[in-house]
This record gives sequence, structure tokens and C-alpha cells, in this order.
Amino acid sequence: MAIKERMSGNEAVAYAMKQINPDVMPAFPITPSTELPQFVANYIANGEMDTEFIPVESEHSSMSAAIGAEAAGARTMTATSSCGLALMWEVLYVAASNRLPIAMAVVNRALSGPININAEHSDSMGARDSGWLQIYAENNQEAYDNFLQAYRIAEHKNVKLPIMICQDGFITSHAVENIELIEDELVKPFVGEYNPEHYLLNPEEKMSVGPYAVSNYCMEAKKAQAVAMENAKEVILDVAKEFEQISGRKYGFFEEYRLDDADYAIVAIGSACGTIKDAVDELREQGMKVGLLKVRVFRPFPGEEMAEALRHVKSIAIMDRCEGYNANGGPLGAELTAALYRAKCNAEVINLVYGLSGRDLRVQDAKAIYEDLADIAANGLKDSHYRYIGLRE
Amino acid sequence: MENTFNFKEIQERPDRLAPGHRMCAGCGGTIAVRNVLKALHPGDKAIVGNATGCLEVSTFMYPYTAYEDSYIHNAFENAGATLGGVETAYKALKKKGKIKEDYKFITFGGDGGTYDIGFQSLSGAMERGHDMVYVCYDNGAYMNTGIQRSSATPMYADTTTTPTGSESDGKPQARKDLASIIAAHNVPYVGQTTFVGNMKDLYTKAERAIYTPGAAFLNVMAPCPRGWRYDAPDIIKICKMAVETCYWPLFEVIDGKWVVNYEPKNKLPIEDFLRLQGRFKHLFKPGNEHLIEAFQAEVDKRWEDLKFRASK
Repeated sequence: MAIKERMSGNEAVAYAMKQINPDVMPAFPITPSTELPQFVANYIANGEMDTEFIPVESEHSSMSAAIGAEAAGARTMTATSSCGLALMWEVLYVAASNRLPIAMAVVNRALSGPININAEHSDSMGARDSGWLQIYAENNQEAYDNFLQAYRIAEHKNVKLPIMICQDGFITSHAVENIELIEDELVKPFVGEYNPEHYLLNPEEKMSVGPYAVSNYCMEAKKAQAVAMENAKEVILDVAKEFEQISGRKYGFFEEYRLDDADYAIVAIGSACGTIKDAVDELREQGMKVGLLKVRVFRPFPGEEMAEALRHVKSIAIMDRCEGYNANGGPLGAELTAALYRAKCNAEVINLVYGLSGRDLRVQDAKAIYEDLADIAANGLKDSHYRYIGLRE
Repeated sequence: MENTFNFKEIQERPDRLAPGHRMCAGCGGTIAVRNVLKALHPGDKAIVGNATGCLEVSTFMYPYTAYEDSYIHNAFENAGATLGGVETAYKALKKKGKIKEDYKFITFGGDGGTYDIGFQSLSGAMERGHDMVYVCYDNGAYMNTGIQRSSATPMYADTTTTPTGSESDGKPQARKDLASIIAAHNVPYVGQTTFVGNMKDLYTKAERAIYTPGAAFLNVMAPCPRGWRYDAPDIIKICKMAVETCYWPLFEVIDGKWVVNYEPKNKLPIEDFLRLQGRFKHLFKPGNEHLIEAFQAEVDKRWEDLKFRASK
């Protein structure tokens, strides 16, 4: 029987961390992910976990120590947000290129400036090309479930890549909601033991990690890494199937909410999807055929699959909780539009920037977007394809 | 441990940095690494870390590695945190019974990766007390990128970012005293050494650093023939002069107790160290006597200060 609880998103992820009980956690506090190392430190202090916690002096050292620990053969995790993730930037690439399956809880928050502590995806979106897998959550339940699946995906022999498990700062990390936890007896065998193939502390084999490679060799290493990212797609789906057996909850690359027969679709990531679902329900009551595609997996990018799910739709609003500063739109907008083009989809597409620095997206905002999509489908795109939602006039 | 130095036996130990790497002929960094690793007792296992720098790009060029031990390079500024992570993994896996063997943890960085860009990571690792040794091979400039000044560069040195010219006497600032700064972390062991006297001083300090539980720091002056501009075979003479002039005193800080390991009977004038190196050539031009005087004054002040600390 699943355990019914009430928890914030951070508590939920910390609970998953406790259940997995990885070997090492280096971490440095930053709002809104600070609670994660606090919870873990408390679990350790009270004998509920025996993870070795490293209270590092910065996020750069947090990721650097994580790389050392994981290369040494220890299952390693960390957590961060915003500027902390930005400070890790250089070594995120080192973790991925050394093929180290570190799991990192990212509690999404705006990058500076102005300095702001609220939800935005600019931090992890900025790291989208660092070679990390990225999975996003709508709520505390998904954040918990995704973290439980993290190591199974990252450590898979065909993948061996680090993974970010993302949730929205404050909106889900600090909001307390109902949750179903899974019993330890089911979690532990599901996650399994970490037995790396090669590691520094293997007395049977010596290895060197982190070479200098000249152009004669470097490109093949990068291609192998790219292949691992492609391989992750199958593994993510396989792990989700197995997870369904212990949880009863179904996961894929994305969730289709009343999308089957929809004429107008919104594509979004994270907590805003809960709000958009309410808008969908209300408009459906009025007979409007609207739907939502909620992106769960952003890396690897399931472009083909999303395009297929959206093929029948007349107009699409792709929502980015992140500015691209490219005078063209946000990252999800850019990548999904390209995927739709490649799949020869004919829907009109707009890219909406919303919710920056914690600004709310309300049900009426989402409803207005659907009204707009209906207008665009009927009368064509008259305004720019790249717009802001909820901006002060 | 002090009385176990047997030069022949130690030099006959197999090198743990294998030949065939691409470091320059006469490189002080290589001498430092080979001799520090010789202080590992035969049969003892170690993980070697490394900051980005000449050493890393020349000793681990895919698909070749010069290391007989397992080795990790991460980036330029994080050798302290990286090896701290490795050491913590060791603790975790040992606790869980996943490994039985004992390991030592030794990381190398140049002065760029240690005094400057990696200073915070080093400070954090020392403060947290990881059971590891951080070895700085200090050649007094960013040699890998082409001899730019670092905070370890001595005063008045001619480097590519402190070039001498009509308006410049070379580097305006005196060098940072990193060994003292690490000693202020109250780690159980700090040693400063270079290549003198059959490597006994270096060996003894490396062995003590490696086998002292907790965080240890070793600062090894490791001349660079390219950057210092001297004839490569002169390296041992330069090291001797650095010590005899008290430019590079040999000392240890053991559990907070300062020990000067060598006091020259006749402290030589700093010119005897400077004269051997092209980077200080301009100091010997007529009219620049005051620069040598200022250099001498700085050396004297630091030497007196060190002796004072050791007298307590």
C-alpha cells in the first residue's frame, strides 16, 4: 500500500534521496533548493541515511567534488538552483563528458539579474546543451517519482550520463500538497545497487579520468556522448514502465492532456501545466477543443514524438518560462518549432514567454491564449510569433 | 620517519610517473611529481589528482597516461574539491564494506591552479580536512599558457603580462606566501621544500604529508627553464641558491608548530639567486641597484618573520 502524505516538493525529493541513500552528497545552499541539503543533513544526523555529506564552499566545488566522488565509484547526488547551477557550468560539461551518472535536483529559479529568487527555467535551460539529461515535474509527486527513476536512467550502461531532476522553485518546491510515497521495500530493489564498470577505487584495475585529447580523438568522444543521449530515450521509457509497476503511475516523454482531438494546443513545462489543465477543462465544458502537451523530458529532446502528438492540431502556443535573448523566442519554442517543421506539420505556431522571475500564470491567462490560438487558426497569424504573457503594460 | 632516508633505495623504487610523457626536458614540475610519488611506500595504493596545467596536458594525452596509479583530472581551479570528492567516496565505500584496500590521495597543481584560480577550492578542501595531500609545484607563473604572472611570481620578474620596459620593472608585487596561508587553516601538516641535498628534504616532507592523517599541503619550488630563462642543467644550482639566499626557506608547520629545517651559516645575497635567471636580467642594469635592494629587503623581512614564528 502506498503511503499517503502531505509534503512540499523539496521534502518529497529529499524523501526520495533518503530512500535511495546514495554514497556521497556534496552541496552548497542556494534558495530555493537549500532545504534539500538541510533535509539530507538531518537524516544523516539522525541515522536515517548514511550518505557522506560534503559541505563544500561553493557550487563549483559541489559539482567538482561530485565528479571526483562519482569517478571514484560512489553513487553521488547534489542539488542546486539558479546562480548555483550557473557557477557549476564549466564542470557540468566535465561530468557529462566523463560519462558520470550524477543525479542533481534542480529547483528552478531565475538567473540574475535583477537578482530574483522565484521560479523560472533560465537556469536549467541555460545548461540544456551541457550533456545532462533533464526531466521536469509539474508537482511534488512528479518530482519525487522522477528522482526515484533518475539513477536507473543515468547509470544504464547505454547511457552513463548525469541527470537533472527539475521542479519549479517555490511553486512546487515549497508548496505542500498531497503525495503518494512508495515503500522502501519497493524503492530499494527498483533503484538497485550501483556497481560501476570502471572506477578509480577499483583495486583490480587502474584508470585515468579526464584526459587531454587532440583533434585526432576528441570528436569521437563527443559523438559517443551524443549517441548516449539518443540511447537515453529508450531507457527512459523502459524505466517508466518498470516504475509504473511499483507505483501505478504512468510516465513518458510528455503528458498529453485532452490533446487527442484538440484543435488548439499549448505546450509547456513544469508547474504552469496544472493551471493550464484547469483552463483546458473549463474551455472543454464550453465545447472548445483545446489540449495541453506537458513536456517531461527535455534532454534528450523528444522532437519527433511531440510533433507526432501535435500533428492534427491547427495552432500551437509553445510556452517558455525562460527568455532566449536572441530576438526570436525561448529554447522550447526554437527546438519544438524546428521539430514541427521537420515533421512537416502545418499548424501555426507562436512562442510565448511567461512567468519570468516567478510571475504567475493564471487560468484566465491560459484561456486567453487558447482564444488567441482559435483566432490565429481561423484568421492567420497577424501579430508577432514571439510574445510575452502577463507583462505589465 | 625521519631516519629512514636511503637515497639509493628510494631512487631505485619504480617511478609512479612513467617516462615517455611530454613535459619539457629539465622541467621542475616533473621532478617534483616523481619524487613526491616516490615517498609512497612501495605497495601502497594511491589516487593521483591534477589541476589543468602543463603537467596534465603533457602526462595524460589520450590515449596515453603516464600514471602508474589511478588518476583524475577535472578542471583548472578544482583539484582540491575533486580529490576531496574522491577521498569522500573512499570513506563512503569503505564504510559500506565495498572496498577493503587502503588508499592515499595526492593531488598536484601548478601555482596558477593553486595560488590563484584554484585557491578557493584548495582552501575549502583544507578547511574540511579531507585526508589528502595537495602538492603545489610552484614555478612562479602560468607557464602552460606562456609565462604570465601569477600571485606566486616573485617581485620584478619579467613575464608576458608583467613585461619589463621603459615604464616597467617587471612584476610590481611581491609573491603571495601560500604556505603560511594554508598553515593558517590549522591543518596538521604544511611543508615547503625544493630540490636540494639528494632530495632528502623533499622526500621527508612528502612522506610526512602523505602519512599524516588529515589535510596536508606541500609547496615545492619547481623551476621552469622556459619561464625563468636559465640553462636547464642549472636547475639544482638555482634551487640551492634559492635556499642559501633564504628566498625559498625550507620549513614545516606541524600541528601549528613552525620549524625552519635549514638555516644557512652564511646567508648569501639575493643576487646569487637572481643572476642565474634571464627573467631578472634587467635588475643588473646600471641604475637598477635599488630594485635589488628592495628585493633583498623583502627576502630579509620574510626570513626574519619565519624565524620569529619558529622561535615560539
